[in-house]
Amino acid sequence: MGYKAKFRVWRGDGGEGELKDYTVEVNEGEVVLDAIHRLQATEAPDLAVRWNCKAGKCGSCSAEVNGRPRLMCMTRMSTFEEDETVTVTPMRTFPVIRDLVTDVSYNYEKAREVPSFDGGDVKPGEFRMQQVDVERSQEFRKCIECFLCNNTCHVIRDHEENKEHFAGPRFLMRVAELEMHPADVADRRQIAQDDFGLGYCNITKCCTDVCPEHIKITDNALIPMKERVVGRRYDPLVWLGSKIGVVKRGKETPKA
Amino acid sequence: MTQTTVDAPSKDRAQIPARTLRKDRYWLSPLTTFIVFTAWVVYATVRSMMGSSFWVDKYHYLTPFYSPCVSKACPPEAADFGRFIPAHLPFFLPYALISLPFLLGFRLTCYYYRKAYYRAFWLTPQACAVPDKSPARKIPGAYSGETRLPLILQNTHRYFWAIAGLISIVNTWDAVKAFHGADGGFGMGLGTIILWINVIMLWGYTLSCHSCRHVMGGRLKSFSKHPVRYWLWTQISKLNTRHGQFALITLFTLALTDAYVALVAHGAFSDLRIFN
Repeated sequence: MGYKAKFRVWRGDGGEGELKDYTVEVNEGEVVLDAIHRLQATEAPDLAVRWNCKAGKCGSCSAEVNGRPRLMCMTRMSTFEEDETVTVTPMRTFPVIRDLVTDVSYNYEKAREVPSFDGGDVKPGEFRMQQVDVERSQEFRKCIECFLCNNTCHVIRDHEENKEHFAGPRFLMRVAELEMHPADVADRRQIAQDDFGLGYCNITKCCTDVCPEHIKITDNALIPMKERVVGRRYDPLVWLGSKIGVVKRGKETPKA
Repeated sequence: MTQTTVDAPSKDRAQIPARTLRKDRYWLSPLTTFIVFTAWVVYATVRSMMGSSFWVDKYHYLTPFYSPCVSKACPPEAADFGRFIPAHLPFFLPYALISLPFLLGFRLTCYYYRKAYYRAFWLTPQACAVPDKSPARKIPGAYSGETRLPLILQNTHRYFWAIAGLISIVNTWDAVKAFHGADGGFGMGLGTIILWINVIMLWGYTLSCHSCRHVMGGRLKSFSKHPVRYWLWTQISKLNTRHGQFALITLFTLALTDAYVALVAHGAFSDLRIFN
């Protein structure tokens, strides 16, 4: 059975705008993105919204629904009361282009800064990776780059000036993935702390909470990376071990 | 035909006056944490400084807040690790002076507790997608996370974990000693069971620690070359998913164990004996 749902949608561009009220028909089994599309087709043909797969796999329709960072295509209307007003706004951390579409180029700039895989002297075809090692990084490869984690991370959400020296959970996870790769010979611990701002993370786990792929970003990437950084920079016993040759270090990786 | 260009929109965030648009009771969890942690700290502080009702001589129950009991004021039966701290210390120095500061450090630097108290006490942030309320928010560049003193000291967690492991061995010894009957032989009472539940939970909390997971195998680049350490890592990882639960459960078991021993020692009621 369909019903008339009340929506408040942020409309505007260049930062200026306001929440506008709409009433949209919603049918059984629909998600927020369906309602936004119906709104486009009826009352607001100029409403800008980025979307692609409608299956939670492309990471395009990231927004904030009732203040919570979500994929609109994965947010069922059945989770709201029929008389509840559903508020849809663009991601707050990134500049808005128009309506619900934000400029996420910050993320691509940070992605370019992460030094790529360094296999050392291993030639293509020489290295065979075992399943147990594949599984570890496979979790991080599930990322669909919706950037909800970077959007919700208070380090840049509430302190925009940190964008310059903080890569956000998404790209700290990428650094961790490479650092844990058995064939990668580079030591990425220094750059994780100095260039990508791992020390700014205070592990409040919001990145994990909002991840639509349920990647344990904090427990499996950020905290293990923090522990590795401790071994590189803050552990006097490891420092002593490296001085007397008991602990071996890889070569430092310069920022790309 | 005249060509026209459109100016690129300015790069500003969406201006939304509301602090947050969340409608759920996001404040409830940090508020609960605040109340529970504050109550626990007050209770633990008072009890560890009280200097009485910490030992049941008849059944050899020692509360974890006084373990190891190393003050000259401890009864000799309760002091298996020596009595080398003067009996008359300032009131704020506990009898278990060699363990409590490290246990406090272990919990303060714990990854689970950090999340909990950053949210509940420092409000950085109070909840996800709710603005940070710390004073640093109003000063550009003031937020430094865990990069400067004092929070850079969170990186000492692995040392506190190692010491906490040693103290867990002492707590296990206390639980073994609690199999002490009224006639001096083997015995078992409700206090013994409570002490054992507490020590098992303490081991769960200590072994599920993220630093433990790192040491056991997390620091490796290749699991396949170290199968034993990989196995250890997988076992610790299973526990690690419940680290937060162990952290909270041990708060309750510690307080419950201490309260039970204190009440029995004080004579409020006698221990419920199962055997001898």
